[in-house]
Amino acid sequence: MEEVQKKKFTGGIHPKDNKELSSGSAIQNAPLFEKYHVILCQHIGAPPKLVVKTGDTVKKGQMIAEPGGFVSAPVHSPTSGTIGKIFDVPGPSGVNQEAVEIIADGQDEWGSGLDPIPDWQNTAPEVLKERIAKAGIVGMGGAAFPTHVKLSPPPAKKIDTLILNGAECEPYLTADHRLMLERPEAILEGASIMARVLGIKNVYIGIESNKPDAIAGLNAKSEPYKVNVVTLKVRYPQGGEKQLIYAVTGRKVPQGMLPMDAGCVVQNVGTAAAIYDAVTQGRPLVERVTTVTGEPVVNPGNWLVRIGTPIADVIRLAGGVSRTPGKVILGGPMMGFAQKSLEVPVMKNTSGILLLDQVDTVQFTSQPCIRCGKCIDNCPMDLLCGTISCFIENEKFDKAEELHVMDCLECGACAYDCPAHRPLVQHVRRAKAEIRARKAKQNPK
Amino acid sequence: MGTALIALVLLAVTGAALGVIIGLAGKFFAVKTDPRIEQVTEMLPGANCGGCGRAGCADFAKALCAGEAAPAACPASSPEAVEQIAAFLGISAGGGEKKVAVVLCGGDKTHAGQAAHYNGVSDCVSASLIGGGAKGCTFGCLGLASCVRACPFNAIELVNGLAIVHNEICTGCGNCVDKCPRKLIKLVPKTSEVHVYCSSPEKGPTKKKVCSAACIGCRKCAKNAEEGQVEMQGFLARVNYNNPPSAGLVEATGCPTGCLRTPEEHYRQETATQEVA
Repeated sequence: MEEVQKKKFTGGIHPKDNKELSSGSAIQNAPLFEKYHVILCQHIGAPPKLVVKTGDTVKKGQMIAEPGGFVSAPVHSPTSGTIGKIFDVPGPSGVNQEAVEIIADGQDEWGSGLDPIPDWQNTAPEVLKERIAKAGIVGMGGAAFPTHVKLSPPPAKKIDTLILNGAECEPYLTADHRLMLERPEAILEGASIMARVLGIKNVYIGIESNKPDAIAGLNAKSEPYKVNVVTLKVRYPQGGEKQLIYAVTGRKVPQGMLPMDAGCVVQNVGTAAAIYDAVTQGRPLVERVTTVTGEPVVNPGNWLVRIGTPIADVIRLAGGVSRTPGKVILGGPMMGFAQKSLEVPVMKNTSGILLLDQVDTVQFTSQPCIRCGKCIDNCPMDLLCGTISCFIENEKFDKAEELHVMDCLECGACAYDCPAHRPLVQHVRRAKAEIRARKAKQNPK
Repeated sequence: MGTALIALVLLAVTGAALGVIIGLAGKFFAVKTDPRIEQVTEMLPGANCGGCGRAGCADFAKALCAGEAAPAACPASSPEAVEQIAAFLGISAGGGEKKVAVVLCGGDKTHAGQAAHYNGVSDCVSASLIGGGAKGCTFGCLGLASCVRACPFNAIELVNGLAIVHNEICTGCGNCVDKCPRKLIKLVPKTSEVHVYCSSPEKGPTKKKVCSAACIGCRKCAKNAEEGQVEMQGFLARVNYNNPPSAGLVEATGCPTGCLRTPEEHYRQETATQEVA
């Protein structure tokens, strides 16, 4: 069932998407490497607790860390082998994080202890939700929020709509695009499982119109699953949760509230496919599709890599680099994180590894705001970005808070066009950190 | 002529009447204030640093006159000024140790490398939010001078990419302490003679990779000091400021990386490396 978007969010930008570098290359399976470094805390929430020790033998999919609370997720071994050292590796945030080394035995033998549930249509929603939690599934679009928590809205909130996010509005990234092309049934069935857990009927999948093949493919298969495919205008950040809800349903999420306050749950298409694997195959989340791309990469493409593969190995899979890159980014160029080490392992939310040319990473110096208002035009949240950044520069964080700086989704549309090259997003991040620190000081728990 | 006279008389009468009203209002609605508050405010440094825990010097003067605080609670006043205020108010000066701030990091540009090129906002909090900061050591001074800007007395100087507190200027108001995203700044007794200029809890070899001036946890200083003067916190030696060692410890130890130093030596060495760099 094809639909067009109901509303168009204000603001947004049209960066060159450069998706042609990798959109044509089918998902390839990464070979088995000798060692994997699996970071324990792969999600937002309580850190999980380690349940294995050095020298233990593990099977592929066996749990190596159990959840440390409700808002937490377990971590599983990406292959069969023995546990090596437990040590600190550089994490994607730049800070060292505790990780488990897994030395592969070459057998790659499954042993997750989770039985497939082929008859999920007649299984209780609670059982399905428990399976999703046990499989360690988190938001694979970037935020890595534990999925079972998103699927457990408080009873007071009436949820009636599930939206799958297939917008993939970040330039360069094509992992979701390829997944939609190659595994449409998995995504649609995963969506139906989530709809059963939530007890709802309205399921949408929002895709930007620059992926006509994915739209056509999903449309052809969507009928039995009762999923509506919504074609969205190409506009960054169309994949922002609140922007997507507005485009698909026409509802606005109230200021300072969550999608569930608009009766919606938004999930990434990759998450839906992972849920399909977890429920129908009994496979926990141990691998994901990630895009390796950028002009310096010899063979840009999409790979199914195991969680815990160092990004240096993944870049080598893509043939390495033809010239020295200027920046290595995990995620897309707009919202991704620049890395300072290639030992950072692939995480559950690593949607892409992007290498930018040196000429594309020219460094600018921040100039005073010239009040042109371009940032305000571009802001999808209708914030006064320029004014906010001036307040923050002068450490007037309370003024910035009055102008709703906490609502910023840090999409970077403001800084993208700023003629004064102001680092607006960095200003906002600082203000958010300072305001949170101040709040924590005022009400210590 | 007549019109001008009327205007003048009218103005004079109105003026006189209003003047009487204002005079009466001033008498009836007068707010009684302690005249000493203003005088005490004059005696305070006027830096409004907030080191006393009050909103500023005037607020502190109010508390002093109300007997809610002791003059010595002002970290910025000299002992003589404190005595003068105490004598003026006829109260005791109050005691307490004089404190100074110290930045416990010796990783300047020469000794500690950068892991990435940083060209963002020149502020330590902002920088630490991007990949944990560009410095190789994830515990060291970022050198973007957030504490320097926070100091109301200009007591902190950036030398070779490292913040250094000038003991003789520092009043111990503590404004800088919260500004450091890496929590390197500690308030210590002004009498302490040596510090371990490192705050990284990592293992020796890991630290060595990113900084040649780090504490490698060799325990030499702990062995040479008297019992309890230097404590080992994992791989990091920490001066016990309740029982601080004397400056003689530096020579007795011969710290292999030189992170055990006196503040004077620390400043001298860093200025020297800056000149070389």
